[in-house]
Amino acid sequence: MLRYIIFAPLAGALINWLVGRRVRNEKFIGIVACGAVLVSTLIAFALALKSDGALHATRPILDHIWTWIQVGQFRADFGLAMDRLSGIYVLFITFVGFLIHVFATGYMHGDKGYYRFFAYLNLFMFSMLTLVLADNFLLMFVGWEGVGLCSYLLIGYYVDRKEAGDAAKKAFVANRVGDWGVVLGIMLVFYITAQAGHASISFFDKPGVTSALTTIAGLGMDSFTWGALIAGGTTSIAILLFIGATGKSAQIPLFVWLPDAMAGPTPVSALIHAATMVTAGVYMVVRCNAIFQAAPTAMAIVAVIGAATAIFAATIGLAQNDIKKVLAYSTISQLGYMFLACGVGAFVAAIFHVMTHAFFKALLFLGSGSVIHGMHDEQDMRRMGGLKKYMPVTFATMLTGWLAISGIPIFAGFFSKDEILWKTWSTHAPSMPHNFGRILWIIGAITAGLTAIYMTRLMVMTFWGSERFREVEPHSANTEHAAHDAHDGHGNEPHESPWTMTVPLVVLAILSTVGGLVGVPYALSGGAITNYFEHTLEPVIVTVAAREVNPVEQQPGAFHMLSKAPQQIDGAPPITVIDGAPSETLGEAEHSPAELRSERLFTGISILIALTGIGVGLVTFKKRPLLQMPRLLENKYYVDEIYNASIVNPINAGSREGLWKLFDVGVIDGIINGLGRGVAQIGGLVRYMQSGFVRSYAAVILFGALVVIAYFAYMFASNR
Amino acid sequence: MQQYLITALILIPVIGAVLAVAHGIVRKSNETDYRWIALLFSVLTFALSLFLLASDGGHKADGFSFVQNIEWINSIGARYHVGVDGISLWLVLLTTLLVPISVLSSWHSVEKRALAFYAFMLLLESAMIGVFVSLDLLVFYLFFEASLVPMFFLIGIWGGERRIYAATKFFIYTALGSLLMLVAIIGLYYMFGSFDYVTILNALMAGQVIDERTQFWLFLAFAVAFCIKVPLFPFHTWLPDAHTEAPTAGSVILAGVLLKMGTYGLLRFNLALFPEASRKFAPVIIVLAIIGIIYGALVAMVQPDVKRLVAYSSVSHMGFVVLGIFSFTEYGMQGALYQMLNHGVSTGALFLLVGMIYDRRHTRQISAFGGLAHSMPWFSSFFVITSLASIGLPFLNGFVGEFLIMLGTWTSDSVGRPWVATMLAGTGVIWAAVYMLWMLQRVVFGRITNPKNATLLDLSWREKGLLLPLLGLMLFMGVYPRPFLHRAEASIQAVEKRLSIQQVKSSFAGTVVK
Repeated sequence: MLRYIIFAPLAGALINWLVGRRVRNEKFIGIVACGAVLVSTLIAFALALKSDGALHATRPILDHIWTWIQVGQFRADFGLAMDRLSGIYVLFITFVGFLIHVFATGYMHGDKGYYRFFAYLNLFMFSMLTLVLADNFLLMFVGWEGVGLCSYLLIGYYVDRKEAGDAAKKAFVANRVGDWGVVLGIMLVFYITAQAGHASISFFDKPGVTSALTTIAGLGMDSFTWGALIAGGTTSIAILLFIGATGKSAQIPLFVWLPDAMAGPTPVSALIHAATMVTAGVYMVVRCNAIFQAAPTAMAIVAVIGAATAIFAATIGLAQNDIKKVLAYSTISQLGYMFLACGVGAFVAAIFHVMTHAFFKALLFLGSGSVIHGMHDEQDMRRMGGLKKYMPVTFATMLTGWLAISGIPIFAGFFSKDEILWKTWSTHAPSMPHNFGRILWIIGAITAGLTAIYMTRLMVMTFWGSERFREVEPHSANTEHAAHDAHDGHGNEPHESPWTMTVPLVVLAILSTVGGLVGVPYALSGGAITNYFEHTLEPVIVTVAAREVNPVEQQPGAFHMLSKAPQQIDGAPPITVIDGAPSETLGEAEHSPAELRSERLFTGISILIALTGIGVGLVTFKKRPLLQMPRLLENKYYVDEIYNASIVNPINAGSREGLWKLFDVGVIDGIINGLGRGVAQIGGLVRYMQSGFVRSYAAVILFGALVVIAYFAYMFASNR
Repeated sequence: MQQYLITALILIPVIGAVLAVAHGIVRKSNETDYRWIALLFSVLTFALSLFLLASDGGHKADGFSFVQNIEWINSIGARYHVGVDGISLWLVLLTTLLVPISVLSSWHSVEKRALAFYAFMLLLESAMIGVFVSLDLLVFYLFFEASLVPMFFLIGIWGGERRIYAATKFFIYTALGSLLMLVAIIGLYYMFGSFDYVTILNALMAGQVIDERTQFWLFLAFAVAFCIKVPLFPFHTWLPDAHTEAPTAGSVILAGVLLKMGTYGLLRFNLALFPEASRKFAPVIIVLAIIGIIYGALVAMVQPDVKRLVAYSSVSHMGFVVLGIFSFTEYGMQGALYQMLNHGVSTGALFLLVGMIYDRRHTRQISAFGGLAHSMPWFSSFFVITSLASIGLPFLNGFVGEFLIMLGTWTSDSVGRPWVATMLAGTGVIWAAVYMLWMLQRVVFGRITNPKNATLLDLSWREKGLLLPLLGLMLFMGVYPRPFLHRAEASIQAVEKRLSIQQVKSSFAGTVVK
């Protein structure tokens, strides 16, 4: 059944590409595209949530389609697997994806390339679902590159605009740099598992196949040293995979493509560059948590890069004037949080934040799309203001998104962000010695404050204050899509969007409000609300405690791997028992009262930070929405300029002037042509030999033959 | 009948060429007849070559099937010995597929001296098939040289402005290399009393050993000939000129098949005949291959001419193939063989596509184009898909080959620190994305800046028809490579085994053959 989840959108893409191109009927195209995703969504929900579904079972649902590559010991299947982790991912990908598809049918109304847009969008769903459902590294990489391709096609969707083409290429190349790491990481996985005698790149145990993750986890903890990075062991795998994650999930140093990617249509930004594709890096890290947990150096790097990206992007987000750019930097910053969580070992919290972020960031992007649509393709917040009167539904839904991302209690973002911050503070991960987690917590807390400030600024500039859109005419060239002339008839007044756009907003707003309740921590609920999220995901995460009991020897019971189900009873979370003692990290029961008290204290601090941020934002920007922000921030720390000057331009010029003109044409061809001329001159002399007499030719041939024979006679003699 | 199949494959194009010439002498008819003759005979060859696939041809112990082994020149013991194994089978099929496609691509673009053009195409096909099926070194050498002549004329007569320079450079470069090989072949004959590859191989397997120094020189002589053909950095400078000046069909065949003769030769002769020397040379060749991968890509990136860009990208791609071969691992060599086929399919398609816009605009300058997606949507779709295959997008053909090659390199013991080699080679994949996407952006996407591009006609049915089989192959080979890999498995393993056996053997003295 799993295969239908991925093949339905693929079929949708093909139908729209081949048939939709001729029909050119928006209704037909829209129904095919949304219908395809709806089929995936329904199947996914059925498979995941039914009583023995993926979210309850201890074993993944497997679907082997065909063997893709098989050479020697290397084998990569086209095989799918839905376990608890991929189950959660598939649920929000299909559901949020479906809403965004519906939104896009309204948003893209009247566009020339309607069929093309939805074919790409469906192809994206196929790739993303393949990425998540793949049962081995290489198939995951297929999806990984596939989403990159779709992202490329959709960023460059407005082919007429040069900046869209530039942004698309930049996105693909930055992702390719990351993919380089992933490919090498996969090879190292294969190499190491082959050395260990269980050559495999599979995530799961299958008949005759041992999961690569289990094998690598069985090798024990890598040393916490810089040398481990290049030692070719577990840490090297982790860091290579993480290079891929920095590309796909826009972390330092490869984040530069994501802000530019906003050149694509807004539903694309919501689906690909906020809710789903950019979280693929987090998915991979969590999927490979067995590898990462055995690699403390890599974990520390993940945490530091995550924290640094979070605060770096948040400060840039403070100073942007394009509504989508603010959200783009906000996405980078939130992704930083997720990696911070991974780095301190809070993998469940990371995935929790991935999910809530998918809700509220998709909401914010779609809301911004609705604003842009209603403002006739205006993206500059300096030309907005006072829109709440004109766009009440958009305003109300964005309001929830704003509260959710800022971390106001009850809203979804509050629970996940609070959990990340608390886990960062209280981490005992071996990668975080000397209270290093507390330093990262400070960075995270400052970022939380900045987030509240820049989101408040966005809300203020867009929905409150004076109506500035009448002041500036005509539209700048920097509009979302110049060719989008469908609503010329509306005049210049901003207007609310049609139902196809507002209904998805409302649904996402509801999810952004209540979506966090599935993961309320014990400290806050006191056990009144079960933390479903943690319960569900716990078996996916290898516990460090378990590893330390058996550092080298591979004991099936020691790992909470789904594939190594410690308990065969479906429907109940597996309980891990090591030598008869309950695992340390299981459930909430083992929380000591002191720990609970401090967790509650930190929740209070989180709330305080959020409220302060919002307060500062309101006070600062309500009166002066156009307040000039620091130039350094507005110009994004000049990172693009630095990259161009230090990497892009030298390579370009060096290749053109150095390698090509100087070396290839000058040196190599120069030598060859020089030789040619030399030979021609000798030939001029030799011409006298060409007397035309057969006898002299015969003599020359004889001479030549003698030379050859003499050579071999010499060889013959000298070796005897 | 099976033993005559290969001979038939070699002879049918020759018969076609003879018929065309006879037709030209007798009828003095209109020039369009010749292309029909060429198409008919090349399609017939292709259809017949599919039988290689359908039947196992009576597998022999040495792995070759469809073998025909008869006396030829008794006085020197030269035999006409042909046959295919899992390696050459695919290259023969690639050849027989690409020739009819090239003939079709020249349908309207070759008008002057059509008779000679199509006759040369058919003769070239015979020679190329001959190279891949020869199991006698002398026969191999003759076909190897014979393939040069028609290509020389194809470039020299139907080429672009600098065709004479390009054709001469191509001829001298490659002929020089193969002369060295001839000396080496004679040397082998001197030692083994036979030109027969299988006989020599069996003698070697039976324990005869070529001493180290002789092996060194023989390896070098063969390797130089093949590395020029590949072309391996720094022997590559004939390639951009030859490709740029050649007519479209010439470029397709050159990139699609002729370059593979080099890598095929390395895999078939150098590795199997001189395993110790191969091991000794491997680090040098791997370094050159990696330089070629990166260098070719970087130089491709800055080319103003589309065809030259594709030519330099070939240098990069063929570097991967050589790297895979000299990893001496099953992964690497399987990947190399697969990459040979991939490169034939996708670079062949790229040259066809470039030829199609050249036919319309009579320029190959990237700057002359832009915004073709508006006027030529079919062309643009095909161009984008082919480019993606060329940069190794998973589920298109290039990925499988490149991945296996890199996996083979990583697990190889033919160089120290194989992971460094893999990492460097891996950057080639990044560069490929840079130069291909940048080219696409300037040719296909963007606004139409030159009004001439606004009125271009999209692909005709003939053009779509000759591209579709290649596009279908790109997808099929990317999604389901198993039949290809499976068929080649035994032959590749035989090469691998040969390399490892020899390593063991060389540790104790065998009978040294002089």
